[in-house]
Amino acid sequence: MIRSLHRWPGLLAAVLLVVVTLSGAALSVFPAAERLSAPQAEAGLSVAVLAARIQSVYPGVEQIKQSPSGKITAYWFVDGTPGSAVIDPATGEGVGSADPNPVERWLTNLHRSLFLGDGGRIAMAVGAAAMLVLAVSGALLVARRAGGWRRWFAPLRGPLSGRLHVEIARVAVVGLALSAMTALWMSAVTFELLPVTESMPAFPADVSGETGVAVGTIEPLLQTPVEDLRALNFPYPGDATDVFTLKTDQGTGYLDQGTGAVLDWADLAGSERLFETIYMLHTGQGAALLGLVLGFMALGVPVLGVTGTLVWLAGRRGRPRIPGNQAAARADTILLVGSEGGSTWGFAATLHKALSARGHSVHVAPMTGFDPARFAKAQQFVVLAATYGDGDAPSSATGFLERIAALKSAPDAPLAVLGFGDRSYPDYCGFAQQVETAAKAKGWRMLLPFDTIDRQSPQDFARWGRLLGQVLGFDLELTHEPVLPKVETLTLVSRRDYGAEMQAPTAILRFALPKVTVWQRLTGQGFARFAAGDLLGIVPKGSAIPRLYSLASDRRDGFVEIVVKRQPSGLCSAQLTQLAPGDTATGFVRPNPGFKPGKGRAPLILIGAGTGIGPLAGFIRSNKRQRAIHLFFGMRHPQNDFLYGEDLAAWQQDGQLTKLDTAISRGNKPNYVQDALRAEHAEITRLIRNGARVMVCGGRGMASGVAEAFTDILAPMGLTTLKLKTEGRYVEDVY
Amino acid sequence: MKSLLATLALTTALTMPGLAMARPVTLTTTLNSYGGDGAYLAFYVTDTAGDYVGSLWMAGGKSKYYKHLTDWDRATGGSTAEINGITGASVGSGRTLEITLDLADALFDAGYTLHIDAAVEDMRDSPNEVAVPLTTAGAGTPVNGRRYVANFTYDM
Repeated sequence: MIRSLHRWPGLLAAVLLVVVTLSGAALSVFPAAERLSAPQAEAGLSVAVLAARIQSVYPGVEQIKQSPSGKITAYWFVDGTPGSAVIDPATGEGVGSADPNPVERWLTNLHRSLFLGDGGRIAMAVGAAAMLVLAVSGALLVARRAGGWRRWFAPLRGPLSGRLHVEIARVAVVGLALSAMTALWMSAVTFELLPVTESMPAFPADVSGETGVAVGTIEPLLQTPVEDLRALNFPYPGDATDVFTLKTDQGTGYLDQGTGAVLDWADLAGSERLFETIYMLHTGQGAALLGLVLGFMALGVPVLGVTGTLVWLAGRRGRPRIPGNQAAARADTILLVGSEGGSTWGFAATLHKALSARGHSVHVAPMTGFDPARFAKAQQFVVLAATYGDGDAPSSATGFLERIAALKSAPDAPLAVLGFGDRSYPDYCGFAQQVETAAKAKGWRMLLPFDTIDRQSPQDFARWGRLLGQVLGFDLELTHEPVLPKVETLTLVSRRDYGAEMQAPTAILRFALPKVTVWQRLTGQGFARFAAGDLLGIVPKGSAIPRLYSLASDRRDGFVEIVVKRQPSGLCSAQLTQLAPGDTATGFVRPNPGFKPGKGRAPLILIGAGTGIGPLAGFIRSNKRQRAIHLFFGMRHPQNDFLYGEDLAAWQQDGQLTKLDTAISRGNKPNYVQDALRAEHAEITRLIRNGARVMVCGGRGMASGVAEAFTDILAPMGLTTLKLKTEGRYVEDVY
Repeated sequence: MKSLLATLALTTALTMPGLAMARPVTLTTTLNSYGGDGAYLAFYVTDTAGDYVGSLWMAGGKSKYYKHLTDWDRATGGSTAEINGITGASVGSGRTLEITLDLADALFDAGYTLHIDAAVEDMRDSPNEVAVPLTTAGAGTPVNGRRYVANFTYDM
């Protein structure tokens, strides 16, 4: 609900908002420029003295005005010809043109009405309303995604466009909401939906009838400091019934032109003051610095528009059409999908196709709006659910838990829950887990034990499919083929072999960098942009399913490097470890922004075992700025599988690697990385206190051992692994 | 329709006998190129004593700006009832406004004066921009304005 409140106004109003914010940002500069350029009155100068100074220079002066920036303008007539100038209050002389700036006027008209009169004003008011809706709904989404208002500025993960969108929005939202609200207020006043009472005193019926008081001697003007002045109008020459009209920050009054006495006075009305405050907050006139800040925040909107559209497109692209989707009331198998980015829909489509081929009548639906009464013929339910943020419902599953909780009784047909997630994040498959718990609490019978798919692994999915097939009584082979990015041919240039003696052949494979087209370079696609820690997808011959390997090189290194260990009965690893220089493989780059050392000088604690050294070695190779890096590396035997052994020694000499601790798991004194960590706990404590970032790469067992060791090491500091994870200071790449 | 209403507005204000006789009068107002937004113009009539008699036309639609037409505002108390049905769009810098109204014969050669107040956003208000006696002899003779009006003519 909140999401669609954010999406549709955003997409529809995008162009309008880009115009309004760019013009607004440009306009925000003018009050500041005026404040800096206008000569300011000296402290304590009275209106009487100022008026006398100006009158001595321009005897025909008929009005003196002061703008909120302090700029003083005088208007006069000389021999029937009008004149005007910006005044230096120290001398009363004109120092510049008082004509309005044509650029500012043009921008103002664009900003408030698109040069379209009242129709344009209404369009802009609608734009402001859309911006307010976007700001509020966006703030709710950010809070939900971060896991609460208190974690508003929590580090972000995910694709660049989404991160950029939130990164800008969470700073700019305050200014955008303020500008939108004040804009709506001003529109309402313009269209007279809100009253603004004018406080003009009644024009005096009786005047002294005398003329010719010297303006410099008028007592009320002597008592009014220039900083309070808004305007002083002189009486018409020759009209004895006319008066001086004085407008100040306090109100408006009439002064007799013969005696200088106050004839009538009205204080500024409350609604007028309120409008002036709102006008100032919107335009920055009288609050130039605020105006600049608001203008700067407004500049974020075009970027928000582009990144928001990209996020939306990415979500749409990922969601496949499901041919032959059966009606809800007729289907025997109901697939309920909770997807955020759209990839879970792809898995649902694969499952739908395979079950339909087996004669099942299958209905696929989002988890939102779940109502068991709609599924009259259901024999089994399958929930395929991703997780959003910290265990929250993804967009197509909002309200699902509440609906289960509200059920009188669970449906008769049993349920299988399959979670989709990424093990390296805290609360892995947290939402799917909650679905399972809630269903069990209702007494919903389970078709299969709870299961998970890590990082969209087709292998995990195929394994779960076989379990489902067993329950349903047939062989179910799920071949999930995610939509692959464009693959490139990679040519092997060199290989280094390890581990042959231990029946665990492992190789560092180095491929030539494929040619990159100009378009790819511009858009950062393909092999145009990658760094150590990103993933290389290799599509093995005889299979459509890619296997992912962590990249051990940066694009600037000029080659594509991975570390591959031959898995027993592994199709892809077998093909790769048999490649000779000159042979080719096909692959693509998949960004992995969650596993990057990040910028900055904070020390790095890198922990890896076996092939997990790959990306870590890549980080060290790129560490030309000699950031402090402490590497813990677990291997079986230094003689056999000390991957990157010589490189690590060289990097240590060059200062790219500060310290190396190895753990040897074979031999008379077996030792694992977690043991090495515990031995170095004092050093780790020191590094963590200095803001160190921990990066773990390797097998699942090793990663959980490391996490346990860290739990012990962190405890005396009052820290937990989870806390570091949520701060983005403890990241894992496990397989 | 507008001219009829104009007559009505003026008749109700004047409450003078002998108003049955009226003739079409064309008011042509040409503005200077003063380089600002569209000008608001108030056309109204005063009698020999300088007292407000009635309004002829208001160029400019937003009543919140009428207070800047200071003399008109002072005379009418800013009452929009004075200009009900006789308002039009504001007039751009350098443009010409031409309006034809049915005006009572009694307004001419009887000491009445036609005034124009002008105001432009962010620029100096200009009350009494034009003040011209209504006479049959003066018809067709251009009169210069003070600040925003280049010249004004009424033709019968």
